[in-house]
Amino acid sequence: MSEKDVKNLEEIFETRIARDEKIEPKDWMPEKYRQTHIRQISQHAHSEVVGMLPEGNWITRAPSLRRKAALLAKVQDEAGHGLYLYSACETLGVSRDELYEQLHSGKAKYSSIFNYPTITWADMGAIGWLVDGAAIINQVPLCNTSFGPYARAMVRVCKEESFHQRQGFEIMLTLCRGTEEQKAMAQDALNRWWWPSLMMLGPTDAESIHTEQSMKWKLKRKSNDELRQQFIDQTVPQADLLGLTIPDPDLKFNEETGHYDFGEIDWDEFWQVVKGHGPCNKERMNARVNAWKNGEWVRDAAMAYAEKNEKRKVAKAS
Amino acid sequence: MENTKKNWPLWEIFVRSKNGLEHRHFGSLHAADAEMALENARDVYTRRNEGVSIWVVESKHITASNPADNGELFEPAQDKVYRHPTFYDLPDEVKHM
Repeated sequence: MSEKDVKNLEEIFETRIARDEKIEPKDWMPEKYRQTHIRQISQHAHSEVVGMLPEGNWITRAPSLRRKAALLAKVQDEAGHGLYLYSACETLGVSRDELYEQLHSGKAKYSSIFNYPTITWADMGAIGWLVDGAAIINQVPLCNTSFGPYARAMVRVCKEESFHQRQGFEIMLTLCRGTEEQKAMAQDALNRWWWPSLMMLGPTDAESIHTEQSMKWKLKRKSNDELRQQFIDQTVPQADLLGLTIPDPDLKFNEETGHYDFGEIDWDEFWQVVKGHGPCNKERMNARVNAWKNGEWVRDAAMAYAEKNEKRKVAKAS
Repeated sequence: MENTKKNWPLWEIFVRSKNGLEHRHFGSLHAADAEMALENARDVYTRRNEGVSIWVVESKHITASNPADNGELFEPAQDKVYRHPTFYDLPDEVKHM
């Protein structure tokens, strides 16, 4: 194909997206579109899978059967979300094995929030309320993204996500209506998860390298700063309802803008965690790599069994 | 080193959400064989009563049309308006037809 042909195809492609048409896996697409989508969808899938680890930590120690069943279902949903997203990503011509390899080797990133420890039961509440809350804000616009398989996966994910946030908020509410110690535990969890949750919505617009192209391809509908403001505006009244204090002395409602003003985010901390120096980066990666390695003989055995059965079937038929 | 090894193949999953409706494509997943694909599909795609029946088909068995052929495949239908009932002029007195 000549350069001119490619340019022509690219133009047709961009007009299709501008017209809100969906792009399906077998359609022609610019290489950069393919690569950007592989990067974003796999990063999203990895986040779901690694995201099971901080909460998996509390399944056996949930305070009641009701809480345990809910937490187990939530973690199972996260596994499911990872699987929807991996298979959407594979339609772009990358294999599941390559994707795992990228995660395990540290080449691919996942959401930095999962590199923080879950040290009390209240962290299960704070994660559901704040982390899933921020995730929903991030994910809802993606239900309309231009790449069909990603958009379809996101519709399923978003449908399931709201239970996650509600179960988290309910945990917080129960603690806040409990004893002094329980309320203090909830406040402590909010103190530790508030700032990382704000960081989760990504670097400020000035620092964000992917925004413009992503907007065009509808991989993003709002900028990181807009999403962050939306998250803060919606969460502050919820904290008030719980009777908790958001750990930001500069947080104040601005009558003029109709939004909350908030304090400076410690971006050094964010980049440190992204670069692998967060409190749990090593622990999370070890858990993933070990799970993959220790499961290898099971995967091989299942494959061998399937092949043996297949041979038997063929032998019987002939 | 992984190249010689056989990975679990990819399966396409179709789910009937209730009797009376057709099976619809839900997504795909990896499994060693058909039976495992069914079991995995049940866990991945029907955790909230989304279905009453599941089909699994190994992805390699699906033959798909190529979008590059869309012109010759689908455009001929566009100028055949006489295949639609509204093409035919009927007097108003004919009420239901």
